[in-house]
Amino acid sequence: MKTARRNKLKMNAFAWMLLFPSLIFLILFTFYPVAGALKTSFYMADLSTPQPIYIGLDNYKGMMEDDVFWKVFTNNIWFAVGTVPTSILLALLMAVFANKIVRAKGLVRTAFFYPTLIPMIAIGNIWLFIYTPGYGMLSRFLANFGVGDINWLGTQSLVMIAMIIMVVWKEAGYFMLFYLAGLQNISQEMYESAEVDGVPKWKVFWRITFPLLMPTTLFVSIIALTNSFKLVDHLWIMTKGGPDNASNLLLYYVYEMAFKFWDQGMASALTTVMIALLLLIAAIQFFGLDRKIHYR
Amino acid sequence: MRSKMKAILLVLASIMIMAGCSSNTANNGGSAAPASNEPAAAENGGAASTDEKVELTFYYPVAVGGPLTQIIEQMAADFTKENPNITVKPVYTGSYDDTMIKTQASVQGKTPPDVAVLLSTELYTLLDMDAIVPLDDMIAADGGDEYINDFYPGFMANSQTGGQTWGIPFQRSTIVLYYNKEAFKAAGLDPEKAPQTWDELADYAKKLTKDGQWGLEIPTTGFQYWMFQTFALQNGKNLMSDDGKQVFFNTPENVEALTFWRDLSAVHKAMPEGSIEWATVPSDFIEGKTAMMYHTTGNLTNVKNNAQFDFGVSILPASKQHGTPTGGGNFYIFKGTSEAKQQAAWKFIKFMTEPERMAQWSIDTGYVAPRESAYETEKMKAYTAEFPQALVARDQLQYASAELSTHNNGKVVKAFNDSLQSVLTGGADPAAALQKAQEEADKVLAPFNK
Repeated sequence: MKTARRNKLKMNAFAWMLLFPSLIFLILFTFYPVAGALKTSFYMADLSTPQPIYIGLDNYKGMMEDDVFWKVFTNNIWFAVGTVPTSILLALLMAVFANKIVRAKGLVRTAFFYPTLIPMIAIGNIWLFIYTPGYGMLSRFLANFGVGDINWLGTQSLVMIAMIIMVVWKEAGYFMLFYLAGLQNISQEMYESAEVDGVPKWKVFWRITFPLLMPTTLFVSIIALTNSFKLVDHLWIMTKGGPDNASNLLLYYVYEMAFKFWDQGMASALTTVMIALLLLIAAIQFFGLDRKIHYR
Repeated sequence: MRSKMKAILLVLASIMIMAGCSSNTANNGGSAAPASNEPAAAENGGAASTDEKVELTFYYPVAVGGPLTQIIEQMAADFTKENPNITVKPVYTGSYDDTMIKTQASVQGKTPPDVAVLLSTELYTLLDMDAIVPLDDMIAADGGDEYINDFYPGFMANSQTGGQTWGIPFQRSTIVLYYNKEAFKAAGLDPEKAPQTWDELADYAKKLTKDGQWGLEIPTTGFQYWMFQTFALQNGKNLMSDDGKQVFFNTPENVEALTFWRDLSAVHKAMPEGSIEWATVPSDFIEGKTAMMYHTTGNLTNVKNNAQFDFGVSILPASKQHGTPTGGGNFYIFKGTSEAKQQAAWKFIKFMTEPERMAQWSIDTGYVAPRESAYETEKMKAYTAEFPQALVARDQLQYASAELSTHNNGKVVKAFNDSLQSVLTGGADPAAALQKAQEEADKVLAPFNK
C-alpha cells in the first residue's frame, strides 16, 4: 500500500519535472501576463495618473457606458457570424472536392491552401489594392458590367462585408487541411457498403461523412471563432477601424486603448473581458457540443 | 533509483542553464551601461570630464517617401566628425506612432532614448509621462534668443506651453492646395489663379468634375481632424486652448465649416462619397483622378517627381481669413539621463537644425524648413528660384496655428475623428456629431481641469 503510493508520487514528480520547462514558459508568457492584466484592470492607470490608483470595478463600469466598446463588440459578433460558418462550409466543400478529384490533385490543394501561407499584413495590402476605388481590381472588373465606383472600405455599410469576404478567403484553405485529414481517416469500407446498399450520394454525405467529421468540425469551429477575435492585423493596413468604427474589432480597440490613448487600466479591463469571452466560447464548445459528437 | 538520479540531473541541468542565462544578462547589463560609470569617472578628475566619451541614442521616424534613413545616418556621422567625443546612434523606429510606442516602452523600462523626433502634438502626452526636460536653460546657455527666434512662430506654438520650451521644430509641414493646371485649362479656368475663397473652391471643384475626374479630394482618414482644422481656423478660431485642457468642437462656426466640407461631396458632388484614404489622395492627384487636393507639404517632392503634368501649389482658400494648422515632428530631450548626455543631446539638436542642414532636409523631403535663415542659404535660394512651389508652405506660415494637441490627446482626437467620419461618411448631422465629440472630450479632459 505504502509502496504503491510512493510509486504514484514518484510518477507524478517525474511527470511534473518533464512538464517543468514548458510550464515555465506558459507561466512567464501566458499566466503571469493574464494575472497582471486582471490586476491592472482594477486600477486607474493612464496618463493623468502616473501612480495607478485602485478604483475597483470603475473601468468595467466605464466600459459599459462606452459607445465605442458596444460598437466594436457588436462588430465582432457580426464578424464572427459572417466568417465562421461560411469559412467552415467552404472548407468542407473544398476538402470533399480536393479529396475526390483524380487529376491535378496537388495543384488544387496548393491553390486552396496558399492564402493561408501569406501573412495577414501582406493580405491586407493585396486586398487594399483590390478594394481601392478607381484603380482597384474589383473596381475595374465591375466597370465591365457598368457598375460605378464602389468605395468598399470607405462606406460604413460595406466595409464589414468586404472584410468578411477577405478573411473567409484567407481562412477557408487552412480549415480545409483539417477536413482533408478527417476525410482520409474515414474508413473506405463504410462507403463501399453504402454503395452496395445503393444509398444515394447526398445521404452518404449526411449520414456517414458529416457525422464522422464532427470532431474535426468542433475543432475547426473553435479555431475559427477564436480567430475571429484574434485576426486584426488587416485593420492596421486597411481602415484603422474606420470609417467611424464601422470595421473596428475588439482586439484592435484594446491596442488603441493601450498604445494610442495610453489608458492601461481600461485596456486591461477590455483584455480581461476578451479572455473571459474566449474561455466561455471554448468551454461551451468542449463541454456542451462534445457530448453530441460521435467519436470512434 | 537510477531513473530518479537521472531526473534530478535533468532538473539540475535545466536550473544551471537558466542560471547561466541570468548571469549572462547581468554581465551584459553591466558592460552595456557606461552611463552609470560616467559620474564616477567625472568625479575622478575635472580634466577627464571634458574628454569624456558620450554615446547618444536617437530615435527617429520616417513618415514620407525616399531614402531618408541614409540621410539621417550621414548627418549623425557628420556630427561625430565635428564632435569626436560624442557618438550618436540613430535608431530608425518606424512610423510616428511606432516611435511613440517604443519611446513609451523605454521610458517605462527606465532606459529612455537621449533624444528623439516625435510628433509635435505628443507634447502633452510626454509631459504627462514626465518624460522630457524643458530646454530653456540650454537655449539660454547656448544659442539664446538669436537661435530660438529664428524659428517660425507658427511652429513654436506646438513646442511651447506653460511659458517653457519643450521641443525644437525639425521636420514640419502645413496643408496646401495642389492643383492640376492642365485640368484648369480644360475646364476654362485660369491656371495661374487658384481658388481664394470657399465659394470659389466649391465652384471650381464643380466645374472641374467630369467623368473619371473629381474636382477635389480632401482625405478623411488618418488625419481628418487636421484637415478639419483648416476650415475651423479659416472660419473662426483654433480647436483647443493654449494649455491643452479645453477643446472647442461644437461652436456654430465649426458646424458651418463641417457642413461646408460635407456638402462638397453630398451636395456639390465634386468629391467622392465615403471615406477618402489619406495615402491614395496623392496617387489620385498624380494619376489625374482628381484635379485638386488638400495635402501636406511633406508630399511636395513626391508630387514633383511623379506628376506628368504642370501643377500649381497654393495657400488654402479662406472663409473669414486664411488659416492652416502646422504638423510634423519636433526634437525632444529625455529625462533620466546624465547631465553630460543632455548637454550632448542639445549640441546634436543645434547641429541638426543649422540653416544649411535644414535647407537640405527641406529640399530632400518637401518639409518646411522651420528656420527663417534656412531660406537665406544659397542652396535654398537656388532651389526655390527653379521651383517656386516650395515657397508656398512657408508663405502660408503667417496664417498658421498649432495642430490639435491636448492632454490625453489620443482619446480626444479619436472622439473627434469618429465624429467627423460619422458626418462625412455616415450622413450624421454636423451639429449633433460635434456636440457628441465635445461631450466625449470634456469627459476625457475632466481629470486635467481639477
